This record gives sequence, C-alpha cells and structure tokens, in this order.
Amino acid sequence: MVAQKETILDRPLNALERRLLNDFQDGFPLTPRPFQTIAERVGSTENDVMRTLRQLQSQRLISRVGPVFRPNRVGASTLAAMEVPMERLEEVADIVSSYGEVNHNYEREHRLNLWFVVTAADRESLNQVLKEIEAASGLEVIDLPMIEDFYINLGFPLQWT
Amino acid sequence: MDLRELSQLLEPDPMDLELVRVIQGGLPLVAHPYASIAGELGITEAEVMRRLERLLETGDIRRLGVVVRHRELGYRANAMVVWDVPDERVSEIGRLLGRQSCVTLCYRRPRRSGRWPYNLFCMIHGRDREGVLRNLDQLIDSCNLGWIERDVLFSLRQFKQRGAKYISERDGSTQQDRSITLGAS
Repeated sequence: MVAQKETILDRPLNALERRLLNDFQDGFPLTPRPFQTIAERVGSTENDVMRTLRQLQSQRLISRVGPVFRPNRVGASTLAAMEVPMERLEEVADIVSSYGEVNHNYEREHRLNLWFVVTAADRESLNQVLKEIEAASGLEVIDLPMIEDFYINLGFPLQWT
Repeated sequence: MDLRELSQLLEPDPMDLELVRVIQGGLPLVAHPYASIAGELGITEAEVMRRLERLLETGDIRRLGVVVRHRELGYRANAMVVWDVPDERVSEIGRLLGRQSCVTLCYRRPRRSGRWPYNLFCMIHGRDREGVLRNLDQLIDSCNLGWIERDVLFSLRQFKQRGAKYISERDGSTQQDRSITLGAS
C-alpha cells in the first residue's frame, strides 16, 4: 500500500461553506429540524444548508456531521509506535494497516517512525493485535495508552487566507 | 463527584449504545434527522434528542457537529509535540496546553524506560510546517514551557486514516461478539 491519496481544496469556499465549516463544529442544534435552525442563524434556507453539507461531505472536506466521542468510554485503545528500518517501512505499514482495529497509521519524523492508533473491544484483544504485529514484523511495538485526557477546546478554528 | 465523573463509572445504557451505533458514521442529512434515527431505533424523536443531550452533558459525546478533514481543508502539516514533564506537574501543564487554541488533542501517556521518555502529548495543526512551528513557539512563550524537554514529530506519509468504528457488527453478530469501543487513541 502507498500513502493514501489526498484531495486538497482547490477552489475558494463560499460564505455559507465557511460558516458551516467553522461555526458548527460544536453545538449542533437539538431541534426537530436542525438544518432549519442553522439556516435561520446564517440567513440561508434549510435546503441550501443540507445541500451544502452533502456537497462538503462528497468532496471529502468534512467527514461527517455527527458526534465526536470521549476516548476510552467503552473498550480499549492505544497509541503505538515502532522503529522500522526505512527500507521496510511500507511493508510494515501494510501489516499494521491490514488490521481493522487500526484506524490511524502515520509515518512520523523520528527514530520511532511508524505511529498508529488501535481500538478494540477490550485490553486483551488489543494486546493480541499488538502481539500479532510484533510477530509478523519481527519488530518491537511500544504501547502508549492514554492515561489522562486534557483536551478542552471544542472544534478546530479555521483561518481563511 | 460531578455527572461527568459519575458517568464514567457506570455501564453504558443499552439504548445509548444502539444510538451510538446508528449515529457514529454521522447524522442523516435530511430535514428531520432525529425522527429518522428514532424510526430506526423504535423510540420517539423526543427521546433521541433527550438522550443526545444527556450524552453531551456527561461528556460521553464531546461535541456534536461538523467534523472537518484538516488535510483536505489545506491544513496539511500536523506535529505531535511530546514533553517530558515532571509527574507532579503533568496534570497542571496538560490542562494548560489543552486550553490553547492551536492544540487539538492533549493526552498524558506512560514513559517507557530506555525507549520513550515523554509523558505528555499534544497535537498541533497548521497550514504548513512553518505555521506549526510558529504556533509552537508562541505556545512555549505564552505558557512559559521553555524549560521542559520536548520533541516535535511531524507527520510524513499517511498510511491509513478513517473515523474509528466505535461499534462494529461482525457477520451474524450477537450482542456478545459485537466489539465496542468509543474514541480513538
């Protein structure tokens, strides 16, 4: 597997898109017609709001309109790191990505150059995945589970240039 | 003990888990999304909204809204900044970092003797490498963090990235073999 293809924004965003992207990362209305509520706030129509969100989603600029869950509420997850010889990086990244329990897998600029997140039903299944990756790659996996979450900010402030 | 702490000790309500399963991939982009979810779950629209409100109050849902894709929006650089903070100060400094607007995640993790010395992790996004480093410099300056040993790990290739599947249903699954996890990392 090679690195995932990215689609990078190649057009200016219009005013409605900007407001939807920036102002509604949190506090999505819990009203029977939330897109109507948003439309009233931004001076648009329910249909335009829904259509724009669908477009942003199909253009992969948003992944969803929905919930972000607290980490580790149920089940187990961890951040794992490996030191992989450069010439084996793609091969080992492939092994790691082949697990359904792995949802992020990145090359990073460090002696420990492969970093991935594993989530599973419980700690035992998680350990099993880590052990299998070690066995398949012949390399050590460093397991760095979250101990405490300090994140307070909600959403991600976008700056338009 | 507040509601948030209390909820972490309780087993999740089965209907809440059903609700999570139905909405984890996003709300339907239709005029009455909560009614549509309610139909799927066999409960009322009002109950869907009440349960979501409650999950937001307890913090089990951290936020509800538009989840943007940073890279695709032009925020191509992201750095994991890791710090070696004396254990007795890690919570204080973690909370301080977690409040900064350029920080999108902030976690305490274990050190691993001889292999990994850092116990505090935060993620900083930016349009490019320089932007990330500028944000980091400002952060170090304004929070007075210059004395803490740190390292900056920029991301290079992205081999896999997808929203965590919190509840996956395997073929012919029953309640028992359904694997359930909430949240990433």
